[in-house]
Amino acid sequence: MLNPESVGRTFPGVDEVRVTQEEITEFARVIGESSFDVAPPTFAIRLTLSQSQAILSDPSVGLDWSRVVHGDQKFELHRPIVAGDIFRCASTIENYKVAAGNEIVTIRTDVLSGDELVVETWSTLVVRA
Amino acid sequence: MSRVGEVIPERSFIINRALLKAYADASGDQNPIHQSEDFAKSVGLPDVICHGMLTMALAGKFLTDFVGGSRNVTSFSSRFVKPVVVPADTEVALLISGVVGSDLGDGRYQIDLTAMCNGVKVLGMAKAVASLNS
Repeated sequence: MLNPESVGRTFPGVDEVRVTQEEITEFARVIGESSFDVAPPTFAIRLTLSQSQAILSDPSVGLDWSRVVHGDQKFELHRPIVAGDIFRCASTIENYKVAAGNEIVTIRTDVLSGDELVVETWSTLVVRA
Repeated sequence: MSRVGEVIPERSFIINRALLKAYADASGDQNPIHQSEDFAKSVGLPDVICHGMLTMALAGKFLTDFVGGSRNVTSFSSRFVKPVVVPADTEVALLISGVVGSDLGDGRYQIDLTAMCNGVKVLGMAKAVASLNS
């Protein structure tokens, strides 16, 4: 079970990640996209999901990642992601509830280039009972 | 002229195990429920299932083709309402269609998307905000 005290907690994300052209091209090719100048609209998940996993499955938060399925996903794209972008991802556990034994947690991640908010993502994850 | 009500014709996207592996590598999501039949069954799933985010990414490709590229998309969201089951040695057809919904002003529109697999709706409330050339 998720530690209820972690709801509302923000994890600033200290590691910076650099987006490469190879990553954008590989992601785009898999979905049949032949234009590689900017990242496809869902590319940010590559940056945010692993961080969400690391945060939520940390023992102090306590989510059982092995039973997680993705409930819903939202992206707000303030500008396209391009090769050479250097990002820091800051995540906040925004919401948590238990319904029919399933844990439902929403985590927002702000994808930041310096002070510029480039993409906001919301992932709702369901831990199946 | 408003484009509200314009229908985006349905297209089929083929999903198979090779695509799941390629998407796992490209996205970094190596959850074994998307690659191992034994693992998927051990956690109560009928078989390997497609990444919800791959289904959404394919809907995104459908969307960006219509709106003239990824740069024109400013918002994109979806629920994952039913898993897309991908048995071994099988090609699963994902059928995506859309319609231009509300006019948000300044050339921006809400686009509503539908994704069906074997007659079942797999994405719920799939919608985007994008700029369209009038």
